[in-house]
This record gives sequence, C-alpha cells and structure tokens, in this order.
Amino acid sequence: MLQVSEELCIGCGLCEESCPFAAIAVVDGLAVVGDTCTLCGACVESCTPGALTIVLAEKSGATRLTDWSGVWVYAEFRKGELAPVSLELLGIGRQLADTRGVPLAALLIGAETGDAARQLIGHGADTVYLVEDPALALFREEPYAAVATAAIRRFRPEIVLAGATAIGRSFIPGVATLLDAGLTADCTALAIRAEDGALLQTRPAFGGNIMATIVCEESRPQMATVRPKVMKALVFDAQRQGEVVVLDTTAGQLASRVQVLESVVGQAAEVNIQEADILVSGGRGLESAEGFALLRRLAEVLGAKVSASRAVVDAGWIPYPHQVGQTGKTVAPKLYIACGISGAIQHVAGMQTAETIVAINRDPNATIFSVADYGIVGDLSEVIPKLIDKIEELRQR
Amino acid sequence: MKICVCIKQVPDAKEVRLDPVTNTLAREGVQSIMNPFDEHALEEAVRLRESVGGEVVAVSMGPPQAEAMLREAISCGADRAVLVSDRAFAGADTWATAYTLEHALRRIGDFDLILCGKQAIDGDTAQVGPGLATRFAIPYVACVQKIRHADATGLVVERMMDDGYDVVAVDYPVLLTVVKDINEPRVPSLKGKMKAKKETILHLNAADIGAEPAAIGLAGSPTRVVKVFPPEARGGRAMLSGTVDEQVAQLAERLRRYL
Ligand SMILES: Cc1cc2nc3c(=O)[nH]c(=O)nc-3n(C[C@H](O)[C@H](O)[C@H](O)COP(=O)(O)OP(=O)(O)OC[C@H]3O[C@@H](n4cnc5c(N)ncnc54)[C@H](O)[C@@H]3O)c2cc1C
Ligand SMILES: Nc1ncnc2c1ncn2[C@@H]1O[C@H](COP(=O)(O)O)[C@@H](O)[C@H]1O
Repeated sequence: MLQVSEELCIGCGLCEESCPFAAIAVVDGLAVVGDTCTLCGACVESCTPGALTIVLAEKSGATRLTDWSGVWVYAEFRKGELAPVSLELLGIGRQLADTRGVPLAALLIGAETGDAARQLIGHGADTVYLVEDPALALFREEPYAAVATAAIRRFRPEIVLAGATAIGRSFIPGVATLLDAGLTADCTALAIRAEDGALLQTRPAFGGNIMATIVCEESRPQMATVRPKVMKALVFDAQRQGEVVVLDTTAGQLASRVQVLESVVGQAAEVNIQEADILVSGGRGLESAEGFALLRRLAEVLGAKVSASRAVVDAGWIPYPHQVGQTGKTVAPKLYIACGISGAIQHVAGMQTAETIVAINRDPNATIFSVADYGIVGDLSEVIPKLIDKIEELRQR
Repeated sequence: MKICVCIKQVPDAKEVRLDPVTNTLAREGVQSIMNPFDEHALEEAVRLRESVGGEVVAVSMGPPQAEAMLREAISCGADRAVLVSDRAFAGADTWATAYTLEHALRRIGDFDLILCGKQAIDGDTAQVGPGLATRFAIPYVACVQKIRHADATGLVVERMMDDGYDVVAVDYPVLLTVVKDINEPRVPSLKGKMKAKKETILHLNAADIGAEPAAIGLAGSPTRVVKVFPPEARGGRAMLSGTVDEQVAQLAERLRRYL
C-alpha cells in the first residue's frame, strides 16, 4: 500500500499533479490516497519531502531467481503452419537472449509439425522443444496449457514469450496461473534492464492513451504476449545449427474436457487482419455494404486485407472478425488506409501503432486526420478509383 | 443453473487522455462505465437463465463506487450482485484479481457457469477469465462469439479464432469469455430499474473471502508498473493538397515502398 508520512507531508500537492490516476489529493494539508491508486509510484518519485512510500507485504516462498535461465518462445503451429508472429518473437528473443548471454529456445506444440522445427532453428532458435501428439492437432486450452507448463517447470526458462493471437492469449494466461508467474499482455516493446537483467515489458493501456512499462521482479518465468507485426523476424538461415529435443507427454496432460466438434476456417487469408502488412479499412463513409466492393479492389491491387470500423460491422456490412478497435482487434500493419472513418478514439485505439496511416475522408475536420501521416480530403467514391488506377500505373512502370 | 457474471467498472475511453505536458491522465469528470464486453457477458447470462432457468449473480471487484454499476447489472436482469471491495485490493494485477475473484466466488456459491468479458478496456489484458478458470481447475473457452446450444448439462459454443472459428462442446462447470458479436445487450426495463433501486448489494472484504494478505493487491501481484508515459507522437503528418488527381498522385508516390 501507499503510505503517507504525516510528519513529512507538507501538503504541497506535487503528488496530486503527478498521479496519472487522480488517486491522491491534498485534503486539509495532507495527502490522502483514494481507491483508484494502482501503486504505480509516480507520486513517490515526485514527492520532494519524501513523505510517500510504497510498502510491500512479504510474499512467502519467494522464487530463487537464479534457478531460471534462458529465453523461450512459444511457436504457434496450427493446421500445418507456423504463425508468423512466432518467427518475429524469435527475432526479439534472440536479442534478449544475447543480451542476457543465455540460449534461445522455441516450444513447439502440435501434430505433424513437419519441418517447423527446422524453420525455428533457421530463424534463430538454439533449441526446439517439440511436443507432438495427434491429440494436440486441434487447439484446446487444457492440454496446451498442461504440456507447456510441464516443459517450463522442467527447464526453467527466465523469460517466456508468446504471440498475442487468439491461441496465445487464450492458453498462456492459464500457463501463467499454473506457474504463479506474472504475465504482461499484448506488449509492443521488450528490453532487458541493465542493473538486474529483468525483462522490461512495454505495452499500451487505456486504449493506447498511455504506455506502461511492467516488470516481474520476484517471480519466474517472466511471461509476455506480444502483438503481431511489431517485432522483426531474422532472415532465415538454412545453415544455422540447433538441437531438437522431443518431450514426452502423459495421458493426464492430453486429457481435455473441451471437445472440438468442428474447426471452421473462414476466408482465412482474409479474416486474419492482425497478420496483414497492409489494411484497407472502411467506415460508414462507404455508405452501404456494396461500398466494400470498391475497397476490395483497392485491397487487391495493394495485396492488402480489408478491415472496418465498428459502425459498419454493427450495420452488418462486414463480419465482426474484421472490426478494428477497442471492442474489435488491435492491428499494427505497415500501412493502414482509413476510408470514410471518422477516427473515434475507440477506433484509433486499435490501429494507432500502424507504421503509416493514410486517411481519406470528405470532412476536413475529421479526427482521423490527427493520427494520419497522409490525409486526402475528398469523396472516397472519387478518390479510391483514382488511387487504384495510379497504383496500377506505378506497378506497370 | 447457477451463473456468475464477472463485471468490471472501467473509465470511459473517450475521456481518458494523457496530458502531453504533465504526463498525467486528464481527469476532468472521467465517467465510469460497465466494461463493454461485460455487458455482453451479462446479457448472455440473462438469456441463458431465461432459456434454461436458474440464477444470475453479478460480481465485481472494485471501489465502493462500482456499486452503481452493479445496480445497473440488476436493472439489466441479474438476480443479485456482490461487490468485493477492500483498500487492500488496490494495485492488483490480473494474477491478484483472479485470486481475489476466485476466493469471492467460492464464498458466494457453486457456479455451473462463469461468464466474463473477453477483456477489460482499461487494461486490455484478457487474462482474468482464463486465470480464474485455471484457479478453479475448470475448463474454459475464450472469445466465444455464439452459444449454439445450452441445456442442463452443458454447452456447444463457437469460439473465435484468428482464421475462422471452432465449434466446441463442454460440460458444466465451465468459464466462458465472450466477444461483442455474441448478442445485443438489452436496455434496462422499468421493472428492472425498480428492482435495482431496492436490492441490497452484498459487500465482501478481504477478510470475508478469506484472502491471504500476501496474495492480494500490489503485494500479491507478480507484475509491477515501473513507468507510465505518453505514446510516441506520430511524426511527419502531411495533408496533401491540390486537385484530387494531384493528391492521389502524391499519395501513390509516397506509398511506393509498400507496393
Ligand atoms: C464502448 C465502445 C466501444 C467501441 N469500440 C469500437 C471499435 O472497436 N472499433 C470502432 O471502429 N469503433 C468502436 N466504437 C464506435 C466508435 O465510437 C465510432 O462510433 C465508430 O468508430 C464510427 O465508425 P465510422 O468512423 O465508420 O462512422 P462515422 O463516425 O459515422 O464516420 C463516417 C465518416 O465517413 C466520412 N464520409 C462519409 N461519406 C463519405 C464519402 N463519401 N467520402 C469520404 N468520406 C465520407 C464522414 O465525414 C465521417 O467522418 C465503440 C464505441 C463505444 C461506445
Ligand atoms: N475487478 C474485476 N471485477 C470483476 N470482474 C473482472 C475484474 N477484472 C476483470 N474482470 C473480468 O475479467 C474479464 C477480463 O478482464 P482483463 O483480464 O482485465 O482484461 C473482464 O471482462 C471481466 O469479466
């Protein structure tokens, strides 16, 4: 808890100003802590008289940190393919492992994984721990969590990373719970703290309005899920050497109370907007479901996928898996083209980490322009066909 | 059937902004709302009770102000509500939140079904639901977009995947986290509003639920926020100018590296 020393507090109000959560206020010349305090420590730093301290209760059975070493990446394998984010994680994982001077391993779970282990080694893994069984062909939380937990307990990596995908965000929290480990969701930056080698995990919070850096100081492993597309994969090196360690499973681990009756692949290539390099996104400015035909043509010339604002998903013009934003998906493509989208904060929360943002809107005051790198004020039914022509022209040259 | 819905009070995203100069959250009149995903969880719980019978209990861990949100939950169809509130819960991360909710739920009763939102929009972690189910050692299905079938013994649901969806069958007890697509939440009825006004909301503190002091709040949280800062401002903003053709030509030129 946050303690205020009545002797030292001079009621200056510096803490009140520094608090990101409006949780501390000076009342009758003394700082008073409110219920919204998250113990982030901003006030403690700001307090010149040194009247504030965060008091931690002792947690029993502290983990021996030195027992844990190495960096692990969960390699997501589904229906014969590795998720691209797994290779991206090996890229950042390699950096983290090299900084710490420890090996990098991938944990591959699935059935008939073919040359996936080779792929992982070629992309930077020193070791691949392979758990293969027909029972793991389809994703189910319990067996995936059980085999991952068993492997982590056995080999004790200090860091475990997974993609912030549907699968990663579903079973990794279960693994963290079984291990009593800290888990940071949907990170966009990872680094090693020089003083103590702790993993600095940075992620957006409050719909991207603030960034927070999080550490797990006392528990191991330090676990994080990482947003697809923000880390860079290493170039595949067929010569790279690595070891594949096959792990056994037990019947208990593979048992599940959830039965997958059917696995329906949508227009897969189209639906997974989080893995797209380019997104062409449509809003109410498209005026009708037919408006998406125009967007699909633009997407085609760009090799892009199509996404949308909530307004048009709610209108039934395009299914929910395409929705970007706070109550949809968070995307970080290289290029995001917003067409007829006003730029409501709930939408922007889901796309503001795109590398380049283009907005096409006929209202010059639309808020989307304030996050756009390039903006065109105009009617999209005029602008988009011209843009398609122009891009085709550039392509031919 | 006994159904529990976990709901969280969150600040309204429209109003949360970090002041770029002082690096603090702009706080003027930030409204609190029911986490949007939880509205869908609540609606689904009420629909299930309407079809298979039983009771819906809404549970929230939060400050005393969250009571207003729990009354809203009752007006939307929850039978009763429990507020789990204690200063010692402050600073809880998802581990400590799941721990606290687990102890609260054990105290409240045996549930066949626990419903959570996919994620809370303040932290966007999506970890409390899976964490809670794991603590109870019951199965869970995350990101449910549809309940296809429900009866007295179990459910058949569709769970959203990145490449489509899976149809899965599971028996009670089970925990589901739901996405927005699952339903359209109702507006409170007049009768519901009357009930919400009268209903007493049970308050439970750390001692009531038998929580270990070292496992709740900041002390029980393996993760710790060491820094908050504004996101990097996006640079190089350019409104293109000229005729539409000129603007399109400039844009296409600048997008060349993506072609
Ligand atoms: C709790 C909550 C959660 C939400 N979550 C999300 C979310 O996840 N994702 C999301 O997107 N929204 C979300 N919203 C909704 C959000 O607030 C906005 O209502 C929504 O994003 C608006 O969609 P839009 O931009 O398509 O429509 P509008 O706001 O109606 O904007 C349409 C735009 O198109 C322009 N336009 C119209 N015609 C043309 C034309 N012919 N040529 C060019 N431009 C044109 C207009 O100038 C306008 O700017 C959420 C809201 C709430 C309350
Ligand atoms: N303090 C809380 N009280 C009740 N339910 C919560 C609380 N925090 C999280 N939840 C539930 O867990 C879900 C996921 O939250 P989160 O893991 O914080 O993104 C929410 O949609 C709620 O259903």
